[in-house]
Amino acid sequence: MADTIQFETWQIWAVILGLGLGTYAIRLSFLGLIGNRPLPPMLLRFLRYTPMAVIPGLVAPAVVWPVATGGEADPARMIAALVTVVVGIVTRKTLWALAAGIATLVLALWLLG
Amino acid sequence: MPTAFRATFLLGMRAALPFVAMIVPFGALFGVIAAAQGLTLFQALAFSFVVVAGASQFAALQLMQAGAPLLVVILTATAVNLRMAMYSVAMTPHFGKAPFWQRALVAYMLIDQSYLLSAAQFERTPEWTLTEKLGYYFGTVLLLCGLWYLATWFGVAFGSMMPEDMAFDFIVPVTFLAMIAPMILTRAQMAAAAMSAGVALALWWMPYSSGLLLAALAAMATGAAVEIYEERRLG
Repeated sequence: MADTIQFETWQIWAVILGLGLGTYAIRLSFLGLIGNRPLPPMLLRFLRYTPMAVIPGLVAPAVVWPVATGGEADPARMIAALVTVVVGIVTRKTLWALAAGIATLVLALWLLG
Repeated sequence: MPTAFRATFLLGMRAALPFVAMIVPFGALFGVIAAAQGLTLFQALAFSFVVVAGASQFAALQLMQAGAPLLVVILTATAVNLRMAMYSVAMTPHFGKAPFWQRALVAYMLIDQSYLLSAAQFERTPEWTLTEKLGYYFGTVLLLCGLWYLATWFGVAFGSMMPEDMAFDFIVPVTFLAMIAPMILTRAQMAAAAMSAGVALALWWMPYSSGLLLAALAAMATGAAVEIYEERRLG
């Protein structure tokens, strides 16, 4: 059940261009202006945690209340998430974690229906 | 092409080779998921060409599928890339004297791998000229960017042949977890990740996914606070 996006074509393009421009502005910020002034250390501390601050918050609700099951907790998906995290922490290898997670997902969905 | 440029270009390309094993599957996976969510080949390729940042591309797909409003999709996915401001700062002392068009090109290709490899290399060889540094930088990233586009294209083509009943909805969350889990090395990172997940769940009832933005802010503050605490404790 590959849910297709409900977005209109123009909205998809708005996401592509908006995200692209925003990201490019971030990348060009200092290089473009030759801003040689160092950033305040406090700001640097905040920036260091951006992936770690956004991604778990994005994933957690998808793990606990998956869209595909109508928001009902689903053991197969939870087990797959757990296996991914454990393998990632133990091996420190993203690809191993990804492979283990997808394999567990497929297997658990098949076993638990 | 000046010899100095070519020599360091090849060095950079060699240094980037281990990342090929990472870029290709992720690019292909992005293509597969994009196709499964109904994006056209042209749209998926435009994503990879215009954005060139895997995590935020996956974030955009995830939020679009969850039906988040347009502005929330753009802002949240862009927030994933805020760390690149740090990379821009770090590269400025090395490339500040280059003409603007070259800096504009450096900025376009400023990804995790080009930043990490170049920052480490330039620290080891501070005597390198601007040309040598540009050579190394583009060496690290040209191959990776090219493969990123190709893999996306391959993923879309391959994705249309995937079985309909694959649990595509959950491959993106698994991908994110696989990216994040190996990065949790310090207590500050662990605290930030836990705060992000916890606040996002607690505030999930808030309209327009605005809880996620609050969760991200709380998590960044938590990471910074734990880092400061640990520095003080270790003296």
